[in-house]
Order: sequence, then C-alpha cells, then structure tokens
Amino acid sequence: MSGIPHDHYEPKTNGEKWLNSRLPIVGLLYDTLMIPTPKNLNWWWIWGIVLAFCLALQIITGIVLVMHYTPHVDLAFASIEHIMRNVNGGHFIRYVHMNGASLFFVAVYIHMFRGLFYGSYKAPREITWIIGMLIYLMMMGTAFMGYVLPWGQMSFWGATVITGLFGAIPFVGEALQTWLLGGPAVDNATLNRFFSLHYLLPFIIAALVVVHIWAFHTTGNNNPTGVEVRRGSKDEAKKDTLPFWPYFVIKDLFALVVILVVFWAVVGYMPNYLGHPDNYIEANPLVTPAHIVPEWYFLPFYAILRAFTGEVWVVQFASFITGGIIDAKFFGVLAMFGAILAMALAPWLDTSSVRSGKYRPMFKWWFYLLIIDFFALMWLGAMPAEEPYATFSLIASAYWFAYFFVILPILGVIEKPLAQPETIEEDFNAHYGKADADATPAE
Amino acid sequence: MSHAEDHEGTRRDFLYYVAGGAGVVATGAAVWPLINQMNPSADVQALSSIRVDVSGVEPGTQLTVKWLGKPVFVRHRTGAEIQEAQEQDAEGVDALPDPLARNFNLSADAPATDANRVMPSPEGEAPGAWIVQMGVCTHLGCVPLGDAGDFGGWFCPCHGSHYDLAGRIRKGPAPENLPVPPAEWVDDSTIKLG
Repeated sequence: MSGIPHDHYEPKTNGEKWLNSRLPIVGLLYDTLMIPTPKNLNWWWIWGIVLAFCLALQIITGIVLVMHYTPHVDLAFASIEHIMRNVNGGHFIRYVHMNGASLFFVAVYIHMFRGLFYGSYKAPREITWIIGMLIYLMMMGTAFMGYVLPWGQMSFWGATVITGLFGAIPFVGEALQTWLLGGPAVDNATLNRFFSLHYLLPFIIAALVVVHIWAFHTTGNNNPTGVEVRRGSKDEAKKDTLPFWPYFVIKDLFALVVILVVFWAVVGYMPNYLGHPDNYIEANPLVTPAHIVPEWYFLPFYAILRAFTGEVWVVQFASFITGGIIDAKFFGVLAMFGAILAMALAPWLDTSSVRSGKYRPMFKWWFYLLIIDFFALMWLGAMPAEEPYATFSLIASAYWFAYFFVILPILGVIEKPLAQPETIEEDFNAHYGKADADATPAE
Repeated sequence: MSHAEDHEGTRRDFLYYVAGGAGVVATGAAVWPLINQMNPSADVQALSSIRVDVSGVEPGTQLTVKWLGKPVFVRHRTGAEIQEAQEQDAEGVDALPDPLARNFNLSADAPATDANRVMPSPEGEAPGAWIVQMGVCTHLGCVPLGDAGDFGGWFCPCHGSHYDLAGRIRKGPAPENLPVPPAEWVDDSTIKLG
C-alpha cells in the first residue's frame, strides 16, 4: 500500500520466500497490521475495532440462530420461542444477537460523529467516508429485516410501515412495493426474502469493511489535529506515528473490554430493555398495535419522516410546484433519505480548509448543537405524532438540514480558525511532554 | 485496437457491436428472471379474488375478512344507522376532508355520498344496508376499530382518525376515505371481493 513510508515485509526463511513469490498474503497482512498510525489518536478512535467486533459477533451468533429458526409465517414465532426455551443456551445467544445490533449502532453513531467533528470526511478521505455511509445504509437494511424475522406484532407492522415508504414513490411506488413484498401485503413471501437478505447483507458489509480499511490505509488515518503525517522520509513519518500493532491494537482491545462489561450487563440483566413488549405477541394482520415504534436506532430518521405533514409550508410548496407529484407522504420519505444523503455529501458541503473541529471556534458550537439535535430527534421519534412533538420534530429536522446545507458551507467562509500545530509530533509532545527514548521505541 | 481513426465500418467494428449487443441482451435476459421471481407468485395471485358468505352477519354487526393480506370490513347496517349515515350526507360532500367516493366500482371522480359508498342492496333489503371497505387507515395503514369514534363509524387508535358510518374521514390525520374494494353480489348471501 502507498501512503506513509514505512518498512515493508521481507520474507526471510526459504519457506516464506516460497510462499511470498506465489501469494504475497503474509506481506499484505503484515503491512495492514503494522500500518503507521498517528500517535496522537484519542479515545474516540477506538470505535472502529468495536464495529469490527460487532460485525463478527452478529455473523457468528446469526449463523448459530439460523440452525434453529424457521422462516415461515406459521412457524417463525414458535421457532423463536423454541430457541428461547428449548435450545441449549438459545435464549442467551438470541439476547446477544438482539443487543449486539444495538451495540453495533451505538458504535457506528459515535464513529460517524467522530468523523464529523474531526473532519475525517474531508479530502483525501472522501471515499472512506462514502464507503462508510454505504455500510451504514446496509446496516440499517439488515437490522430492519432482522427485526421482521421473529414475526411479532412490531415485526409485522414495522415492515408494513417501512415498505409503505416505497409505496409513496410517485407512479412506480405501488408496483415497487408489491415487488418488494411479493404480494399485496406483508406475508410469507416477504418473510422468506427478508430472511435470505438478512443472511446475505452482513457478508456484503464485511466486503465493504475491507474496502473501507483499504481506503483509509491508502490515505492514512485522520487524527485529532487533522494535520497530516509527514511523509518526506521514513524517519520523519516515524516521529508522527506508531505501528498499529501492538500500540493501537492493545489500546483498542482495552476499550473493547470496558465496553463489553457494559454490554454483558445489559444482556444479562436487562436483555429486553431496548425491545418492545409487543414483539412477543405473534404477528396479526387484522390487529394493529396502538403505537408503532421502530427500534431506537431508527428513531431520529423516523422523526424526520413524520415531521413533514401536509400542513408544513415547504411540503405545500413542493406539492404546488410539482403539480401534486410530491405529496406529504413522499416528501417525508425524501426528507428521511435526504437526511442521510446530507451526511454523505458532507465532504463537498464543508468549505473549511481546516479538518479538525478543535481549531474551529464557531463550528464547535454548531456541531455540539447537532449532537443535541440528534438526541432530540431520537426522543421525538418515540413520541406520539401529536402536538407539541410535531412542531419540535419540524424544528429539529430543519436544523439537521441547515447544519449540512447552510452552516457547513458558510462557516468555511466566515470562520477564522485557530492556529493548528505544525506536526502531529508537536501536538503529541504538548500533551504528553517531550518523549524520552523509552516511550518511543519506534524512534 | 487501431481502428479508432478508421471511420468506415469495418468487419471488426460490426463484430464488436454485434458481440456487445448480444452480451447486453443476454445479461438482461439472465437478470430478468432473478428480478421477476420477487413478484407475487401464482398462489398469491390466485387469492386475489375470494367469495365471502355474509348470511350470518346480522344487522348492526360487522365481519372482518382477510383479502389480499389486508382486512376488509363487511358491515350490515341497521335502519337507524342507514338513517344516520344519510343525515351525515345532508351536510354536503364538499364539507368533507375527502370529497371523493374512493369506490373501486365507480368512476374515480364520483362524489363521496353515502349512496356512492355502499353496496347495492340485494332484493328485500333497504338501500344502504351493506357497506364493504378496506379496514386499512389511509394515514399509516393501521386497522381502525368498529363502532367507535365521534361519528359512530370507525376510529383508528394509532393517530386518532375518525371515520363516519359510511367510512368517510371526518376528523384526524388520515387524508382519504376508507377505500371500497371491487365487490359484487354473487347471490343473496355471498359477496365476491376482487
């Protein structure tokens, strides 16, 4: 891999040379593991490992659950109860898988907001950012379809509402929805295909993770200062970096252990805290639960979906200029996907040449407001669709779009950034004191 | 390839386009079955028309049947209910949030009068005795409750939409009247849906 100059793998023994001339796999793994990493990375940089762990955890527990699950409308709910009651340790494996999805989303949201604060999306890391957004979209699809599989009331009605979003698309919506469902309503055909895709997508995510890592190993990691690693020579680069193994691996694993303590406590003592009791009632197409709520990790975007009702002037204006093609329902769908697209476009919307939010005095406050906005939307998504929540949802949604489409472009022009350190080494020494020989064995 | 500057159609160009075109067609032909398999299967399509025996539905009661995976309300209205529905009619359809009948059996611009919402009655029954409609709230697809709401018809518990005795939206967030599916009498006690 190109990028930061460093020592590459040299096969030494005859056996290594034999293998390397046929398949340079050891070299590839060595270079990946020993990648020079900015030595000033803070604790916000540990979530990548947590995400990799989550993906592995979900795939492994998922494969095991499939051994006992039956994807049929008459049997699915019972097979989940079979897992919970009869299968040896089945309840534990299922609880890990259920809560594993939540840990996955906690990690991905922190990881994304880390990127948004430290400007990790900016040139030359746009591809890393875009691949990350694709992974996030696939995670949402996978989680949504996985939630349908237990065939409880929330599974069924959640699937009905979410696939209904596609039905709101003008002209082709209804045909598209029927095609997605395999019938006029959510039924056995839907359950079967969701099962198939729920098994497939994690492997596509795994492939995208490889591309994601490939991309940022080519550009090098961002870091809390946003200042690039010096690349003039190997020695210069060594002053700014440490190899990923063992320094960052051990640090990340320590963080993972701390996070897992909390995770196991949730799995062990409150495994259903993040779920809905209604999903322990078998799906019934003739009875709707009183309050349909998606899983917590979809709530911010669900709030945006519901915020744009027919009474909002923007919606009425859109409906007017498109001759009614964009109605309130479709506008809501566009707003929801637009909110995610806005994040994906951040590299091109942010006009500031300074990467890290640390050195952007105005940006900082707008960013903190975005975090508050995200949690506000999450809370509003769980509230019933009535006043005053409807108005709050509208304000919070407006801020989300304003941040990306107005504030980011303008701040880059009007903001006067603070002085940035010349090098990563300078920033590191300012924090930890001038390193002596013991502390920097890489030198 | 050195034929870039050769503007005359050569045999090589011809073969290039034929091979490329055949490749595109073959790819499309191979992909189409993979897409089409997700459309409704024959057994699902076979259920697109069902017959409902309504002989046991007494006046003042409602039968809910599953058609196309969704609930359908078959309501046998009492004389008093018919009268009340027609009184609601007197206010005029333009006063309704949705002035259209939404009846599949009528033209799309038919007004939402009570007469345009109900089934034609079988012989020996008062006009407007039967009303058949989809039990799917036009707001977000919940199933409304019968004999409930401010207008004596249906009430959706999810977000508070009130429908009257003819299934017309009167109050709440739902934008449209409950749709009337394709329905007809096969004999005096059987309704065919679809």
